[in-house]
Amino acid sequence: MIATIITQILGALAVASAMMVVLSKHPVRSVLYLVVTFFFISGLYIMMNAQFLAIVNIIVYAGAIMVLFLFVLMLLNLNKDAEPKTPMIIWIISTVAGGLFFLVLIAALKDIVLVSQKDDFAPVSTIGLVENLGNTLFTKFVVPFEVSSILFISAMVGAILLAKRDKQTID
Amino acid sequence: METFFWIDKLVLVVLLFLISLGIAAYQTYFERKLAGWIQDRVGPDRAGPFGILQPIADGVKMFMKEDFTPANADKWLFILGPGIAMFTSLITSAIIPWGTDLQLFGRSISLQVAEINIGILFAFGIISIGVYGIMIGGWASNNKYSLFGAIRASSQMISYELAMGISAITIIMISGSLDLRAIVESQHGMNWNIFYQPVAFLVFFICALAETNRAPFDLPECENELIGGYHTEYSSMKLGLFLFSEYVAMFVSSAIMAILFFGGYNFPGMDYFTDSPNLLSILSVAVFFAKIFLLIFVFMWIRWTIPRFRFDQLMHLGWKVLIPIALVNMLVTGFVVALYEHWF
Repeated sequence: MIATIITQILGALAVASAMMVVLSKHPVRSVLYLVVTFFFISGLYIMMNAQFLAIVNIIVYAGAIMVLFLFVLMLLNLNKDAEPKTPMIIWIISTVAGGLFFLVLIAALKDIVLVSQKDDFAPVSTIGLVENLGNTLFTKFVVPFEVSSILFISAMVGAILLAKRDKQTID
Repeated sequence: METFFWIDKLVLVVLLFLISLGIAAYQTYFERKLAGWIQDRVGPDRAGPFGILQPIADGVKMFMKEDFTPANADKWLFILGPGIAMFTSLITSAIIPWGTDLQLFGRSISLQVAEINIGILFAFGIISIGVYGIMIGGWASNNKYSLFGAIRASSQMISYELAMGISAITIIMISGSLDLRAIVESQHGMNWNIFYQPVAFLVFFICALAETNRAPFDLPECENELIGGYHTEYSSMKLGLFLFSEYVAMFVSSAIMAILFFGGYNFPGMDYFTDSPNLLSILSVAVFFAKIFLLIFVFMWIRWTIPRFRFDQLMHLGWKVLIPIALVNMLVTGFVVALYEHWF
């Protein structure tokens, strides 16, 4: 019972902070709200008995990726007068595109059955624990796992190549 | 039983909070005394006998100063910065097993607030969000020196987190667990990880220096280039929280290092005390704190001995020296563990 209430509160807070990412005027605040959203999502993972996923979510997203986001944003000149004026046509196009995407989402989700409502959020699943997750990854899903790791390495090599294209000497 | 459990935990949390802050306060005194000793001068000696009341005088001074917020600062983020810094320093002490169980009132009391099965990952998660305090504080000050300090801090912390994590993986491989209590139990007696993983310890220790922003890696607050670094615009207790969180972080990271490499609360000959668990518990806590204090002493010793690195040297050391060493060490350890477990 308490678990259900906590899960619902966490979900509501996650949605609210995700809304704030879009609604807040300042980019740095948006990034900080996104970090807060990741924390609430980690909370939801914990409620689903997946502590490992929760912590990895914090380490990777909140701890590394968002720090890099913030890093770049802080170096930009974010004054009001330095902002380029957005033409009216862009506003209209983005509104229409966003509305269409929303429509597609609703169409895709209209027949969904919320499984979680049936079993009252009982934390019966143990798939999120380190041991089970590791076993599953290295037996059942070993090929996709290795393929995605190769993808990551090629992305890293590609990033280094792009950064090194201009020959520059630093010493 | 359930209520007793909560009372135990509550008492432990309050005790840990007070102990962490008390130790951090006396670390400042000890650091200045040590600096005086190394530089052949007296150090603080005015407040009380041997200057023993100096931290209290400093604390009162911090609280009494004017709390100033710059005109163009982002007010809420300016307040949030030191709060996050202090929070992330303190919260890690919740997962540290401070000693063997006490037997009081017919119950067994665990000296660990939260026994989570992924303790070491929790510690790394907290370390990785620790950078937000400095970044937010430095950016919200709206001062270019603060921003420089914040950017240096974040790039430094991201870089050294990697080598730190990779060197800790070897410990996880040896102990076969992410649980800090299990890691400590696997080093029973004198069977410490430092004897198996001296290279990992060296890498981890250097990274810990960088993560806590201590000399020789204190570039984020490098006085002669950046005035005060990320806390240039801070005053009063907000500055105090930033300075204090560094000392708390030093205490907690020494505790983590003692757990991972120096056997935590284990000491040789602890099997003689199995008949009197309370004596063993008290002794184990004392031994653990002795190890922590020794590591803190090394932290300070390094600060007053080695000059500060240049920023490019820092990045070079992190990415081109420590990470390759840690990676090779991890590979070798993995190979040896696989051989030992007869996986081939």
